[in-house]
Amino acid sequence: MSGQAKPALRQKVLVLYLANSALDSPTVAWAVYDGTGETLHMAGDADEPPYASGLAALRDGWRLFQASQLLPHARGEEFDLAYLKYEFFFEQLAEVAP
Amino acid sequence: MSPPLLTSAQMASFVARGFLRFDGVVPDEINRQFMREAGPIPEVQDGVRIRKLYGEALAANDIAEAPAGTPLSEVYAPASALGRLLDLPVVRGAIESLVGDKPVFDHHFLHITFPPAYHAAGAGENLSQHTHQDSTIDPRTAFDLQIMYYPHAVTREMGGTRFIPGTHLRKVSEVALGRYQNMRGQQHMVCDAGTLLFLHHGIWHGGGVNLSDRTRYMFKIRMHASGPQTWRWDLSDLPPPGPQRPIFYRKSAPEPNTVATLLTTPEPWFEQDTGRLEYVNRIRLWRYLSEDDAFDVDYWMTRLETGPR
Repeated sequence: MSGQAKPALRQKVLVLYLANSALDSPTVAWAVYDGTGETLHMAGDADEPPYASGLAALRDGWRLFQASQLLPHARGEEFDLAYLKYEFFFEQLAEVAP
Repeated sequence: MSPPLLTSAQMASFVARGFLRFDGVVPDEINRQFMREAGPIPEVQDGVRIRKLYGEALAANDIAEAPAGTPLSEVYAPASALGRLLDLPVVRGAIESLVGDKPVFDHHFLHITFPPAYHAAGAGENLSQHTHQDSTIDPRTAFDLQIMYYPHAVTREMGGTRFIPGTHLRKVSEVALGRYQNMRGQQHMVCDAGTLLFLHHGIWHGGGVNLSDRTRYMFKIRMHASGPQTWRWDLSDLPPPGPQRPIFYRKSAPEPNTVATLLTTPEPWFEQDTGRLEYVNRIRLWRYLSEDDAFDVDYWMTRLETGPR
């Protein structure tokens, strides 16, 4: 047995908001959270998205782990708008030094 | 003398996008007076947190506090920088157009965004503010006005207010939307000294991170109407109601800068389906301001309101 410590894993999270429920529709908003600490992202730090669509993120190795549901519109509230509707969470696992 | 009121095109742009920007309209002399009244910021001190410095700066400056509900005309001394600013014809005209000539003061605040050295000295992180909507969930059609005043030039490095045009009609709960780090079409206030940003209270916004070596100031005043908020602007450029335009199948681009075109111009962040609901909600706001329940653009409302033919 080697005494060498195993690298630890950290999660990088990418959140994309798309123009409709299709993963290949255009990105309209986004967020990045980097659990490795290598990069720090914050509100207003980029005016262009990291990926043009959800499919582009998949092709670059991001793994989809959550997508927003499509819900019917409550009667009387059909025109009420609040939060962005088409939210997709992706992750990558990255090794960091123990 | 009556101040210059907003045009119908400016009002329609405000209804659609939630802001109007007036670059460099406040004279330098008033800007300098404001900076004197806002007072100096203490030097960087090791181990001292920004919250403490901020509290000291607010307590020491010459800008008076005022109770919510005070007539705006009674909040600032006429000779003060803010009293003089609010008396500028361009400011009076825009306020009157949006919330009438007797607005009521809600609150104001001096926003100070410190350079990196202050954060480092206080062992704090230098981050931008999460994007949010002010106050709390607000289901009204009526709107409050927020004036953002930039008393000195703001560079991109200094951060500036970030806002997302067209988000103001969404009913959200303050910073619940903080997860949206960036949105297509977001704007950052980079401006000359004396610039004013007039905002619908619902617009999504946040303070940018200051990466420069200069302290950044912004002063915000929130107000609401005391009477009817309708037909307050300059109506001389408003055409009489006419027939609807051809929709979808058009052989030429729509005429620019008309009320109809402005209310149906999408923002880059619009989702494909809810973008149409944004048009519906813009039309509803225009109906409120113009007291015209039959107003429509491109049949978005008429189609929904028409019974059996």
